Amino acid sequence: MEFWFSEKHSNDAKFSIRVNRQLYSGQSDFQRIDVFESQEFGRFLTLDGYMMLTERDEFIYHEMITHVPMAVHPHVRDVLVIGAGDGGVIRELCRYDDIDHIDMVEIDEEVVRVCREFLPKTACSLDDPRVTIHYADGLKFIRSKENCYDLIIVDSTDPFGPGEGLFTREFYGNCYKALRDDGIMVNQHESPFYDEDAVACQRAHKRIVESFPISRVYQAHIPTYPSGHWLFGFASKKYHPLKDLDADRWNARNLHCWYYTTMLHRGAFYIPAYVEELLKHVEAAD
Amino acid sequence: MKILDQTRAPIYEALENFRKMRVVPFDVPGHKRGRGNPELTRLLGETCVNMDVNSMKPLDNLCHPISVIKEAEELAADAFGAAYAYLMVGGTTSAVQSMVLSTVKRGDKIILPRNVHRSVMGALVLCGAIPVYVNPQCDSRLGIPLGMRVCEVADAIRRNPDAKAVLVNNPTYYGICSDLRAIVKLAHDAGMLCLADEAHGTHFYFSDKLPVSAMAAGADMAAVSMHKSGGSLTQSSLLLMGPNVHAGYVRQIINLTQTTSGSYLLLSSLDIARRNLALRGKQEFERVIELANYARSEINDIGGYYAYSSELINGESIFDFDVTKLSVNTLEVGLAGIEVYDLLRDEYDIQIEFGDLGNILAYLSIGDRPREVERLVSALSEVRRRFGKSRAGLMEQEYIEPEVAVSPQVAFYAEKESLPIEDTAGRVCSEFVMCYPPGIPILAPGERITKPILDYIAYAKAKGCSMTGPEDADILRLNVLTREEA
Repeated sequence: MEFWFSEKHSNDAKFSIRVNRQLYSGQSDFQRIDVFESQEFGRFLTLDGYMMLTERDEFIYHEMITHVPMAVHPHVRDVLVIGAGDGGVIRELCRYDDIDHIDMVEIDEEVVRVCREFLPKTACSLDDPRVTIHYADGLKFIRSKENCYDLIIVDSTDPFGPGEGLFTREFYGNCYKALRDDGIMVNQHESPFYDEDAVACQRAHKRIVESFPISRVYQAHIPTYPSGHWLFGFASKKYHPLKDLDADRWNARNLHCWYYTTMLHRGAFYIPAYVEELLKHVEAAD
Repeated sequence: MKILDQTRAPIYEALENFRKMRVVPFDVPGHKRGRGNPELTRLLGETCVNMDVNSMKPLDNLCHPISVIKEAEELAADAFGAAYAYLMVGGTTSAVQSMVLSTVKRGDKIILPRNVHRSVMGALVLCGAIPVYVNPQCDSRLGIPLGMRVCEVADAIRRNPDAKAVLVNNPTYYGICSDLRAIVKLAHDAGMLCLADEAHGTHFYFSDKLPVSAMAAGADMAAVSMHKSGGSLTQSSLLLMGPNVHAGYVRQIINLTQTTSGSYLLLSSLDIARRNLALRGKQEFERVIELANYARSEINDIGGYYAYSSELINGESIFDFDVTKLSVNTLEVGLAGIEVYDLLRDEYDIQIEFGDLGNILAYLSIGDRPREVERLVSALSEVRRRFGKSRAGLMEQEYIEPEVAVSPQVAFYAEKESLPIEDTAGRVCSEFVMCYPPGIPILAPGERITKPILDYIAYAKAKGCSMTGPEDADILRLNVLTREEA
């Protein structure tokens, strides 16, 4: 039997994983949710047919979106995580004892329920006493927040669909307002490779540049995401992602990672020429 | 009485059948199912260009409907509680004009609120009728024109017993309604017809939580913009008639100016939108009302903005309020409505319906979802945080009583001269000056130009409102009647 999950990465390129069996399929108020089991990538979650994470390579994404800002900001106490219903970001954050509180805002309660049931490897820390889960629209949740977070992690879906509001100028502006004077916002920043993704990537960067004094992009290699080359945005009111990296402090924490190292942290900000070009274009326009 | 089946959509069904017949076209349109214009076909899609066909036997004819268009019109009349309904393809402008042209002719008087749509003024130029304006009250805090007070309509009728009709906006652009039932009664008691411009009121027919619709209030004709809140394609509209109107005469009037090549894209959109409203309109608009109420409460929580609603109701100039309209006063944020309008588009990629000097209107309809409303509210919050100023220095919009010196038609066709705008005070204007949006005349042909009017034009221009109407697009000059003509 041939049973394959396929996702179009562009109109003319697709990515497929052979599936052993489908563990779950359901339609929430917001999207279609599916969980599959595969030989190569273990279990994986898709929303509206788009790959969200696989057990095999999720560590890359979750480590890079979490430890990069945590190695820069000297005293993160209050964190807001938007999206992230799978719990992967929460798992990484909960490794830091000095974090006091984490608000997680996920629009779709059903995603969290499904991940708790089928993806325990990422959902394992959702019950940490420091975590409060809010089932709400991220854009709405943050509107009333002012000067109350050290770190905001935007772990959104793609900018087409329920996640669209998290790629907007009004959202980034509200994040700025919600952060303390030395706060950092990190967001999943799409891929620069395929044309349509590149445009989304460029637009997001433009809007962040307009909203924060410091805005840099860093990269990681994630095999199951379109093109495998993925970007993250580092936006900050005060700290520079490289100049303010305190490698010794972070390494003293003894957090063992599979992808992130403080060496890699520096390297991740050195991006390919064509990506620099893509981003410089909107920075100059400002 | 014939029981009509609102699940039917005769024009749509006829088009579907027609498509299956694979008829070879040796008629217009010349693009021949899109083959002659491949770029257009790529843009609009094959289904769309395939349905862009001409009137023919199986598809009926809009000028003299006898089959599927006639059935669609009967279904529309039934769905809207009208005696007759005409499908219109020239926008609600053509529906409004047909309504006016069917009612008054040269020299006849028609009683109107000043804040009528420009289409009404156009009809007066065409037919030569004389406008009798009723001052819509102005809310001084919000700077918006309101509805007509019943006592002022009664007064206008008493002073002009020879008038043929009273026209009412139901509602205004901002969602304000006059006491339509009382005005209908006044008009009928005086032997006049009552016409309703329902360009912004399609949804009134499908909810008991919204102001009364023209047909339910007993009005004689109503122009209903199906393409606004009703969900049909831009430029499609309905003209509804009560039982006292000679429908055959109205058809003749429509055919004076309406195209003989009615678009089946527009006609089918009217047919399908009518079916949708008849079957699901009530629950859909219930949802729109909830969404609008939610947006209002969130916007009012931001501070500064005032998203107003039925608390404005005062029993006369604001007899009722359309709660689906998301009208927001911006003056306390220190920004003109037009400035907020521009910021939303330029900074946040959000296009709203209009901004005037003190207000914005975001149009909510059956196509809206909560997530877009969240974006709008968040963007307004950001506009205030980033651009908000103190209130000082903003002038409010005001009502300037027009002085009708000659009829719009006489003025439009008279000998005229072009003068620098600052030299026109005291002269009779021969053209329209509109502040757009919302497209309410500041000056109409035949009206005397005064100093306050010139000040207002200068101010609105400086605030970035788009001023339209005059021959000189920059409005540095105005055409006025020569002294002999005036």
